[in-house]
Amino acid sequence: MLLNRVVITGCGAVSPFGLGVTSLVDGVWQGRSGVRYMPEWQNIRGLTSHLAAPVPDFDAKQLLSRPLRRTMGSMAIYATLAAREAVTASGLSPEILHSGSVGVAIGSTTGSPQIYEDFYRSFIATMSIEEQRSGTFFKLMGHSCAANVCLALGISGEQWAPASACTSAAQAIGLGYLLIQSGRQTAMLCGGADEVHSAVTIIFDVMKAASRVHEEPLKAPRPFDKKRDGVVCGGGSGILVLESLDSAQRRGAKILCEIIGFGHVNDSQHIANPHESSMERAMRNAMKEGNVSLSDIDYVNAHATGTQLGDIAESRAIYAVLDGNVPVSSFKGHIGHTLGAAGGLETIIVLAMLDRQELAPTLHLNQPDPECAPIAFVQSICKHSLNTVIKNNFALGGVNTSLVLRRWTS
Amino acid sequence: MISSNETISRKVTEVLAEEFELAPDLLTADATLYDDLGLDSLDAVDMVVALEKAFGMKMTNEDAIRGVRTVGDLTAVVIKIRDQQPRKV
Repeated sequence: MLLNRVVITGCGAVSPFGLGVTSLVDGVWQGRSGVRYMPEWQNIRGLTSHLAAPVPDFDAKQLLSRPLRRTMGSMAIYATLAAREAVTASGLSPEILHSGSVGVAIGSTTGSPQIYEDFYRSFIATMSIEEQRSGTFFKLMGHSCAANVCLALGISGEQWAPASACTSAAQAIGLGYLLIQSGRQTAMLCGGADEVHSAVTIIFDVMKAASRVHEEPLKAPRPFDKKRDGVVCGGGSGILVLESLDSAQRRGAKILCEIIGFGHVNDSQHIANPHESSMERAMRNAMKEGNVSLSDIDYVNAHATGTQLGDIAESRAIYAVLDGNVPVSSFKGHIGHTLGAAGGLETIIVLAMLDRQELAPTLHLNQPDPECAPIAFVQSICKHSLNTVIKNNFALGGVNTSLVLRRWTS
Repeated sequence: MISSNETISRKVTEVLAEEFELAPDLLTADATLYDDLGLDSLDAVDMVVALEKAFGMKMTNEDAIRGVRTVGDLTAVVIKIRDQQPRKV
């Protein structure tokens, strides 16, 4: 069976730097941090991490009509705005979106945690549903982002919502790639979304994996650094338009890069701990599918969230697959760990690197941890020839994903 | 009387304007909820919740509510339910 080649023809972002791809990319290239102190979390007994990278406040009323907004929690609003930007950038017409040949794969960790909180606060206090609004379920459901994006943009093809926490967006991109390869869909809007909520940070805090650098919130998290102390959770959405090469060329669309490999494995070892050889396996599978070898890889965008175990395991896996000369960085220092959105937002930054032919560094990486493997950590913006790159994302539950992306040169 | 009919009519339009982000000048007595104002079955659920909260009374007469087509019909139903409320002595 002849498989379709798959390219990226558009992207859209809502991030801790605000609305739009430009604000995301500018934030990274200006070396800024989207992390801030969350003073209201001081009131949660036992919670030791009071840091997050939320999307700055904006007035969604000005951007989305009430009939659309009534079924959206924050994450679905982020996903819809990012998807709309991605579609505009790709030039996909409303007719194509309505044709049934375009689908959506947008994941998140859960439905909106804020809406869960609102519902149960009211329900448990009153044991009544008499004041519940009709939109509540549509904000809570696991496919809230994907369903709302389809409705808002008139997309009538396949609708998927991979839910795997930190790999939700990466899985969605991989799924879109497979659906287009096989010819089931011509184009797919792929990515993920999540929103900052104390319940999400609590999960990492309970596992002693959340950062506590309260006196210097703009210096957390610190992936790969000797002084790293855990994750800072963020919010937002990153959406990519994946499309068959034939379709993109027929439309005369601007091609941002080609996806040539997707590695996707479960470690089946531990529900929470990272597993080095499974990370390796994901990267090797993606490289094998892309028919590329060590000498072809110009850069690795690491998942590296700033946890003790995860960063060490990933550095060692990268070293085992690629040796120590391939540049590596993580964007969690800039935008925190945006969980379900991470694979989408971080891939958008990688696309900017491919376009600019520049490496973007890991923010706050001052002293690489000697426990990490001696890989080539990127610590400042610098020019670099970039053609073929790896994008890693890993998740609790043993999920390991790697994408291989290739710069498009016509 | 708890409220005059005119006060109830004004309050109904205020609730609809607020709840559904509608321009007040669209909320004429003969404006139809579905066709003219663009509401649907989900909105109808929220409309009842919002009106119950605004008027402090349960709107349990589902047959009457199901028959509502216009803003005027809705106001009439609210007045009717108001009139059926037990009077405090």
